[in-house]
Amino acid sequence: MANEHKEPVLQVQGLAVGYGDQSVQHDVSFDVQRGSIFAIMGPSGCGKSTLLKALIGLLRPSAGAVRFGAKDYWGLDQAQRDDFGRGLGVLFQGGALWSSMTAEENVALPLQMFTRLGVAAIDSLVQLKLSLVGLDSGRESMPADLSGGMRQRVGLARALALDPQILFLDEPSAGLDPIAAKRFDDLIVQLRDGFGVTVVMVSHELPSLFGICDDGVFLDAATHTAIGHGAPSMLRDSSDHPTVHAFMQRERPAGDAAPAQA
Amino acid sequence: MNVAATNPRLTTQVNGGDTLITLMGDWTSQDDDGGAAASTATAAMFDRKELEAIEFDSTGLGRWDSSLLVYLSAVRNAAAPRSIRVDDSGIPMAARRLLALLQEQQHALPPAMPPIAPSKRPVFVERLGSWTIAQWCALMEVTALVGGQLLQTGASLLGRAKMRRVDFVGCLYDAGIAALPMVALVNVLVGAILAFVGAIELRRFGADIYIANLVGLAQVREMAPVMTAIVMSGRTGGAYAAEIASMQGSDELDALRVLGIPLQDYLLLPRVLALTLMTPVLYLYASAIGILGGYAVAVSMLNISSELFIEQARSAVSMHQIAFGFIKSVAFGTLIALASCRIGLKAGRSSTDVGHAATSAVVVSIIGIIMLDAVFAVCANALDM
Repeated sequence: MANEHKEPVLQVQGLAVGYGDQSVQHDVSFDVQRGSIFAIMGPSGCGKSTLLKALIGLLRPSAGAVRFGAKDYWGLDQAQRDDFGRGLGVLFQGGALWSSMTAEENVALPLQMFTRLGVAAIDSLVQLKLSLVGLDSGRESMPADLSGGMRQRVGLARALALDPQILFLDEPSAGLDPIAAKRFDDLIVQLRDGFGVTVVMVSHELPSLFGICDDGVFLDAATHTAIGHGAPSMLRDSSDHPTVHAFMQRERPAGDAAPAQA
Repeated sequence: MNVAATNPRLTTQVNGGDTLITLMGDWTSQDDDGGAAASTATAAMFDRKELEAIEFDSTGLGRWDSSLLVYLSAVRNAAAPRSIRVDDSGIPMAARRLLALLQEQQHALPPAMPPIAPSKRPVFVERLGSWTIAQWCALMEVTALVGGQLLQTGASLLGRAKMRRVDFVGCLYDAGIAALPMVALVNVLVGAILAFVGAIELRRFGADIYIANLVGLAQVREMAPVMTAIVMSGRTGGAYAAEIASMQGSDELDALRVLGIPLQDYLLLPRVLALTLMTPVLYLYASAIGILGGYAVAVSMLNISSELFIEQARSAVSMHQIAFGFIKSVAFGTLIALASCRIGLKAGRSSTDVGHAATSAVVVSIIGIIMLDAVFAVCANALDM
């Protein structure tokens, strides 16, 4: 499968991100192949979400480059980045739905802003997207009245509204029960297969990582850089880095011994 | 079960270098009166130089919770640097496990990020310097925002901005019709108060009828624009700041940015336009209703004839005065909207930041209104209006 798409849609080269003087990650490089589901993995607080911000235009990296195809993303000016950003769909942690609008209006807003479609055409697109993500009820509810799983689905429908080339997901299954998380994972695979969209997801949920991701990068919290590249299941089986190994096996790393059971 | 609550307590038995601590009674944080006594006893114990080993006896121990752990870990921490042996075999097993866990967590993984060094309180000159720079930056920011906003407004009038009509209409309603009752109440009362205040002095000269002039002039020129703007800053400005700040906290602004929806167009423009358009309209309404308030008081309580009041008020209020108040209202509306939206956009991400943004939006708006009004007064005086 890896040989079929040898065409990176996203290349990250020597990226460094941080807030002010504080460096969160540095020298991170990886390629994302078209049509893959790529995982940005790592322990809590290692800077996964911060790195994601640099990929979607919310935080300017302090060094390195983010390339989409031939385009150097941060080399573009703000207006060009905005234009380009419409080809990226983002699902934020917890959905980040616009709380003053109903579920339908949330999905409709990008279409109203960036297409010349009429009201009826937009509505049918919105209904389609919401059906695709499996939201059968509550389409006219406000986000506050929806459950966590439903909000996540609406968020995904909104991310898909403009038919993006690349879909970024920030902790998509966080806070979902195991069944809902599994359903959401399957949904991501189905959407990838259907639309041919490339998925980049930030996650530390092992079942999701092993279940659906076919490539990835592992970020370390101690050394602040990438310490593993490859599919999560491959890292689980063959990585000899103690932190990666411990993470993938859900163990404590060596040197952090479990308490003796008396 | 009816257990009489006993205070945490202990006895220490000294036997050469060894000390036996006997724990007795209940050690709970609910009735922790004995905690202080226990600390004093322990401190006295550690004062002895020949102390070598500590043992525990907990056969008389009643109920216990974290307050026992606080005591035990204090003993352990005090013993460690002097290499005093602490034999914890006399402690209940569960407490021993928790102590072990405590120790383990204290030595556990180093924090992922280096803790930010606590900054020393800078010297006065340094603080003054950074304050000045911060104020200068804030001023630059406001200027840039006002400039950018004016350009955006121009662009939107040419139909190029990404503002949704439905948002604009919603803002117009919120800043206009929805504000009518409050503006009416405040201004009718202000008009009535002006009539009463005027009566005190004017009566002494038998010039009662000039109450109409006073009410008309003061209302149209000063009170209606200022009171309306203050009502709007409290009701609409605060709401704008809180709304935008809470969108910040829930990543909603990031969701807009990622899609490339300019916050200027989508969030600020409808609000600024709505307040700029509606505040002067409300001003006209406020002037009329304020004069009505004064009229009601003058006619019903101060024995001024209705025709005379109307005649006098009409002669006092010229088109000039109305234009002056109208222009002030436009400026006040723009000021409130710009300041409130900016404060909302600059807010932090926590729930306290939302409250803080709402408060400072109102404060900044009111101070700004009064200062701007003073500038208008000076200019009008110079222009002899």
